[in-house]
Amino acid sequence: MEFVTPTINILIVLPVLLVAGGGALLMLLELFMAEERVKQWAPTLAIIVLALAFLQTIGLWGQTHTTFTPEGSSPMVILDNFATFLNVIFLLTGFFTVLISVNYLPRVGLNRSEYYMLMLFSLSGMMLMGMANDLILVFLALEVLSIPLYILAGLSRPRPESEESAMKYFFLGAFSSAIFVFGIALTYGATGSTALPAVLAGVSNGGALALAGVAMMLVGFGFKVAAAPFHMWTPDVYEGAPTVVTAFMSVGAKVGGFAAMLRVFVSAFGSLGQTWVPAVAVIAAITLIIGNVVAIVQPNIKRMLAYSSIAHAGYILMAVAASVNSPDGVSAALFYMFAYLFTNLGAFAIAIAAERKLGEGVMLDDYKGLAKRSPLLALAMAYFMLSLTGIPPTGGFSGKFFVFRATLEAGLVWLAVVGVITSVVSGYYYLRVVYLMYMYDGEGELHTKPALLTAVALTVLATLVLGLLPGAWYEITKQAALQGLQVLAGG
Amino acid sequence: MDQILLDYLPIAVLIGIGIFFAVLLPSLSVSLGPKPPKDRNLAPYESGMVAIGEAQRRLPVKFYRIAVLFILFDVDIILLVPWAVAFRKLGVYGLVAMLIFMVMFILGDAWVWKKGVLEWE
Repeated sequence: MEFVTPTINILIVLPVLLVAGGGALLMLLELFMAEERVKQWAPTLAIIVLALAFLQTIGLWGQTHTTFTPEGSSPMVILDNFATFLNVIFLLTGFFTVLISVNYLPRVGLNRSEYYMLMLFSLSGMMLMGMANDLILVFLALEVLSIPLYILAGLSRPRPESEESAMKYFFLGAFSSAIFVFGIALTYGATGSTALPAVLAGVSNGGALALAGVAMMLVGFGFKVAAAPFHMWTPDVYEGAPTVVTAFMSVGAKVGGFAAMLRVFVSAFGSLGQTWVPAVAVIAAITLIIGNVVAIVQPNIKRMLAYSSIAHAGYILMAVAASVNSPDGVSAALFYMFAYLFTNLGAFAIAIAAERKLGEGVMLDDYKGLAKRSPLLALAMAYFMLSLTGIPPTGGFSGKFFVFRATLEAGLVWLAVVGVITSVVSGYYYLRVVYLMYMYDGEGELHTKPALLTAVALTVLATLVLGLLPGAWYEITKQAALQGLQVLAGG
Repeated sequence: MDQILLDYLPIAVLIGIGIFFAVLLPSLSVSLGPKPPKDRNLAPYESGMVAIGEAQRRLPVKFYRIAVLFILFDVDIILLVPWAVAFRKLGVYGLVAMLIFMVMFILGDAWVWKKGVLEWE
């Protein structure tokens, strides 16, 4: 058989290459420069790389490209508005993570030079998650996303909590990857291909084998996005990992999981929707209930935010369940993730400012009297808590509004009811932080440096804009959602 | 029954046999084997050696690091050999692709070396 070179358009994957190349460049610098200088320059370099990738990504908005097309098969990589929009989310996540890490890492004695390197590698995997048009590439991207995160979770070794966090994350992540890959194998067995268009064409005739594949891939994604009943690792991992890593993975890994989940489930498995939608809806309901109810009793802000992130995975899953029967499902999920990015990273930025030493100052009681110590930061934290609860005018409210609307449109009324009730429950633990900040007196210094304050200011601003002017942004997510599915169905 | 499912029947049979034996043999040994006397058999070493220390003790990590590096080189070889076999067919494209891979790989090696992973003492 003659080998034909696949068509490759490097420009399409340039943002990913820039981010991964930035990580490789940091490795290279460490070979030739003194470690201290590398540490000094790493954040700047990461920001530059992310900015370049961001510009390139913005330039690709509105275009649809495919690349890495083997002869006689579908392309491995697809770049449409869906992927571009998600890449913007990932790059912003990286940007804010750098801003909140710059002063935190030296302060708690974790200024290891591999931090930014691993973060960039993980980001490149996340970006590939949204661009993958082949199950093999989805798996590859998932591993590129996960493996650096396993190491990052254990960054503050030899602290036992951090090592426990890395170990748990690694083992459960490895198990879930294995289940996921088994799902891919079964899907391949049922449809004869791993390319998403071919899977779409063959999956409805796949019988029980295809259903088993779908179920196992649902489990794999469920682990990545921390949906119940696959959420057990989340609180321990989030608590033990350094707070900046927790912030990064609570947004990046979750959105990465949903990026591939939306592409695979809504488009490739769309014709099996009547089978998997009830399953996803039930998982969403369980996730909402467990996340919101267990968060109430958490005394530690990181554990509380971990359960809160489980709950938010539930809201996004609602949109996923709605996306087969409602045209607004995917765009609602995208909007929700966009709003969640700013709100959650902002809340973590303030948690980082309040963390005195590694693992100290992370209890809810440490937030007592924050309003007296720093009125502006307390105000910002209160605003983020309102946004996470879903009270207008915040991005969180707009996101919940779109998600609930899509769920109702899709006819999942019971799920929308569960979502609304659990939102009310979530008010208890979010607003308790506000209550503690304003109604008590407390001691403790805050670590506010310009970079962190910039991150807080930008996230507050973005949450406010998404809360006041959601329409314009929703139109953008709508363009992103539609195109993503049309291309695949046609290709 | 789908043809495609029938094709997987041997695998299902194999799994069934695997489970059958995994259950059968331990249950045979439990039901037919001699019942152990108490304390001595529960000690870590039945030979009578005294156990020292705890099970969760610190291990020298250098063996593990070498093992991980070994796996990396192993995978490297797995990719290199088929490429070498199909070298002429793959042509310039294969060469460039393999060069990119090798550059990344060697960069990783150099980094590992610089970090002192290869030093034994």
